[in-house]
Amino acid sequence: MTVSAFLTDATLCIGCKACEVACKEWNEVPADGMTWTGLSYDNTQSLGASTWRHVMFLEQPAAAGPQLAETTDPFRWVFLSDVCKHCGKAGCLEACPTGAIMRTHVGSVLVQKDVCNGCGYCVVTCPFGVIDRRPDDGRAFKCTFCYDRQKSGLIPACAKACPTQSIQFGELAELQERAQMRVHELRERGYHDARLYDPQETSVQGVHAFFVILGEPENYNFPPAPEAPTAYLKSAWTSAVICAAIAFGIICVAFAF
Amino acid sequence: MSSDPATPAAKATEERLDEIRKAAAESAPRGGRPSPAPQIRGRESYYGLPVLKAPVWTWEVPLYFFIGGIAGMSACLALVAQLFGNEAALVRSALWVALLGAAICPVFLIADLGRPERFLAMLRVAKIQSPMSVGVWILVSFSGCTFVALLANELIARGYTDILIVGVNWAGECTAALTGLILAAYTGVLLGATANPVWSHNRRALPAHFLAAALGGAAGVLELLGFLIPPTQLIGVVAAVIETLLGVHFELSRLPVNAPLHRGKSATAFRIAGVMAGPGALILRLVSDAPPVRRAAAVCFLAGSLLSRYAWIWAGRASAMDPEALFQMQRKS
Repeated sequence: MTVSAFLTDATLCIGCKACEVACKEWNEVPADGMTWTGLSYDNTQSLGASTWRHVMFLEQPAAAGPQLAETTDPFRWVFLSDVCKHCGKAGCLEACPTGAIMRTHVGSVLVQKDVCNGCGYCVVTCPFGVIDRRPDDGRAFKCTFCYDRQKSGLIPACAKACPTQSIQFGELAELQERAQMRVHELRERGYHDARLYDPQETSVQGVHAFFVILGEPENYNFPPAPEAPTAYLKSAWTSAVICAAIAFGIICVAFAF
Repeated sequence: MSSDPATPAAKATEERLDEIRKAAAESAPRGGRPSPAPQIRGRESYYGLPVLKAPVWTWEVPLYFFIGGIAGMSACLALVAQLFGNEAALVRSALWVALLGAAICPVFLIADLGRPERFLAMLRVAKIQSPMSVGVWILVSFSGCTFVALLANELIARGYTDILIVGVNWAGECTAALTGLILAAYTGVLLGATANPVWSHNRRALPAHFLAAALGGAAGVLELLGFLIPPTQLIGVVAAVIETLLGVHFELSRLPVNAPLHRGKSATAFRIAGVMAGPGALILRLVSDAPPVRRAAAVCFLAGSLLSRYAWIWAGRASAMDPEALFQMQRKS
């Protein structure tokens, strides 16, 4: 059984948004409006129920990186296609009370749309703010990792449409190795703030979509230390049990007197 | 007005430009910094846009927390009152409050679903790691236990004092009290075990807050039903004291993650709720134990604890919008 992964590389992305278009078309994701944001060329803003790939446009006062021609100030323009991380321990999957969210045989996290009843708990338990409820539909949606295509031996639509191999699809361990090598290579070439965003040490227990980025994870709205909310269960339930016992004790004392 | 083509037209154009600028400024994305050419420096977030998604829950969910808490605690009151040999009318009323609450709760829970007709999908799995799943099963069990307890109770009141019915009554009340306690407490875990910064940061305080509200709320409802007895007064005082202490605790926790409890709409509601359920109800109860004052204290506490559930949801929404609070919380841990 092979475990699939995405490696998305900010240093190769040209911001064409072909991945966004390909994803929408293949998965028949409905339009979800557009606002002229004034935030560089990003009028998509974030991942959501009807946006499963999101190309970010970072304008930064930094010298190392793809340069804009004829600027004297240190400036770089970085692009990155964000996607569901398909966590090793997924907050949405753990929280789903209907079993609609499941782990597939390729290791991805999938919402079964014929089961989801739109309770909305996955929305608040995703540590990356990926999954959301579609207002006019009522159910929760996110990237399917093109599970339908993968079952037929095809690569996901976004990876297929990417013209620069910024989105690479393959086997998890192999891509992790390739990502390490890429970061090493970039640093040797002078991109000193190149790094891999792949949270392995926290309770999300690794992700199936990791990113080669320039700069800080926060610049890409990536949580620096994402936690699967199941990590909070023990302390919350311990408090609940102790407090419930105290509450019962208070009632007993009140009636005993 | 438009007879003179020169000056008024030029003036109108300037106004139009102002209008356009104003419209553009108003259509700027929520949380985003204004154009032109915003840049991302240091460890700043992606243009200040939210990292997390705001809770999609609507007005039904906080109301469910409120009613579920009161119902659960009423079942506990019924059991303890029966244990200590209190009057049957008190036990019976408390059980009725519990059962009515248990009957109303699913209506709100189902109404909040994106696909209400699929509510039964909740019952196709049981997941201990999902507070939502635990809550659904607890609510179902609580409804069943309370129904059995009340049925047996009503039969006993009508003279059917068969040992079997008495046994069923006790078993029903014990299980109803146990599941009722969990019903009143789990909603705090439901919010605490999420990715939402202000909720997960306060995951230990949330069950305490919700239990205190449920405890005082159940006593308050019984008082409003006419049971102005010393135990309900004592429980009311203790619940108001706990609410006061928790209010002080939340007010003094000045971490950035708690900003929604200190600033904005959610903070206003949170503070009003805290004063009503805490010092407000407490002062009323300490001033006098005359029936009208006790009823006023009960209403004050109930209103405050209802508002505080809404304030927690609003605080969660505000917290999801604040990327910096999330980053600061994660950098520390």
